[in-house]
Amino acid sequence: MSDFAFTENALSTWMRGEGRDSDIVISSRVRIARNLRSLPFPLVASEEQAEQVRQTVIGAAEQASEALGPLQPVRLDELSEVDRQVLVEKHLVSPALANESQEAAVVLSADESLSIMVNEEDHLRIQCLYPGFQVKEAWERATSVDDVLEAYIDYAFDDRRGYLTSCPTNVGTGLRASVMIHLPALVMTHQIGRVLNAVSQVGLTVRGIYGEGSEAQGNLFQISNQITLGQSEKEIVDNLEGIVGQIIEYERQARSRLVSESKIRLYDRVMRSYGILTHAAIMDGKEAAQRLSDVRLGVDLGWIDGLPMTLLNELTILTQPNFLQKTFGATMNTSEKDMYRAQLIRDKLVKSKE
Amino acid sequence: MLCQECQQRPATLHFTKIINGEKNEFHICEHCAREKGEMIPGTSGGFSIHNLLSGFLDFDMSGKTQSGGAAQSQQLHCEECGMTYAQFRKIGRFGCSSCYKYFDGKIDPLLKRVHGGTVHVGKVPKRGGADLQIQREIDKLKQELQERIEKQEFETAAQLRDRIRELELQRSQR
Repeated sequence: MSDFAFTENALSTWMRGEGRDSDIVISSRVRIARNLRSLPFPLVASEEQAEQVRQTVIGAAEQASEALGPLQPVRLDELSEVDRQVLVEKHLVSPALANESQEAAVVLSADESLSIMVNEEDHLRIQCLYPGFQVKEAWERATSVDDVLEAYIDYAFDDRRGYLTSCPTNVGTGLRASVMIHLPALVMTHQIGRVLNAVSQVGLTVRGIYGEGSEAQGNLFQISNQITLGQSEKEIVDNLEGIVGQIIEYERQARSRLVSESKIRLYDRVMRSYGILTHAAIMDGKEAAQRLSDVRLGVDLGWIDGLPMTLLNELTILTQPNFLQKTFGATMNTSEKDMYRAQLIRDKLVKSKE
Repeated sequence: MLCQECQQRPATLHFTKIINGEKNEFHICEHCAREKGEMIPGTSGGFSIHNLLSGFLDFDMSGKTQSGGAAQSQQLHCEECGMTYAQFRKIGRFGCSSCYKYFDGKIDPLLKRVHGGTVHVGKVPKRGGADLQIQREIDKLKQELQERIEKQEFETAAQLRDRIRELELQRSQR
């Protein structure tokens, strides 16, 4: 499926927008889990039941598109393997939906800021993505989408337990709010362990950028709420915003301390990475993530001119293994990928300077 | 030391729980521990989050490898989707929305451990949830009414009382 628009561009339209504190917070995301009352959860659903869920949700989304704007339903089994993985690399679907779910589908808005996953762990996962630090805005959008869908779907809801979900860790609000945050200075000054430890004490968790079980790459962390029951959505969002606001402050302080105490070493590190990215011929994924993190910091500190932040966001996604394959066509082995990755970064960075 | 729960049997289990940074010490007997469904490593029948988490990794629908403590709850199952409580313990996920009803008596300790709370206070679906919304509003107003009376702010209290009556009427007419 070569004309599939959602995997053509690395950067979703919503990522081109501006958000608060976007020098540190890359994006904000809210997802809410919902289930149909009358059918078993995907874990035990038969193929027919899963298909019924898919049709119900896609039908509801079609009826809702008057209120929500045009929405495109996509069946994952109709996509190529590469396209499926690219959707994961763009955070539009979860790895579980792409790899493990039966009758999996996703409903996407044109700017890709809204994605409704169907038949993941729960029947519906409504996800809203915003650039920068905009958790509240993302929640408001998600809840309004939820309100519209609710008119067409009979949700599993219980007065005492709230929205019922397959996993007891999501029951209640079904809400997971998260930010993707860039914390190079806290990592360099070895304060990150303390910060992340403190975060876990106040009901939040830290994950890698591709969700549960994934490793932190390029000093990017995903911080999200752990608790979904016994707190209102507003409390959850306020709590996350409050804590992340403090982390942003710590990161800013660490940056200015680094600049005042070891400016030349930091400058050397940033420029060295910039030099390597613009000249190297082989670049593995891990090194690319680390070097891009250095360059991002250099842009934030005003040391590198004329490099738009959106380009760095784009490169973060473009240099993922499946996107490389998508861009350059051929199936390639790891060392070929490392060559293509280096070439792509070189081209993009040099072109932006012209 | 006597068990802090029943004050009858000697306390044989001593442990410290830290939830969200709040530290609590417990001294209880095995009997009360089982009744409360406390998580105690190394004892049978305790409901442990570790079982649950290991269930995420070790996906097994057969439910064959349950420990002795789970045997008594083996019979407990969801009549809607057929998932047994033992399977739920192993997998850590429910099969359908009715599982919550059938396992209701068992899941409070788990929810408490994961979330700190067991009762939903967030969003309510507009459709079908209107009664609950009114009830919550009434509860809130009653609490405020009590506070006003204590502060001897009777004028505001009277307004609150009228509003509560209005809502109760509204609810009974639905």
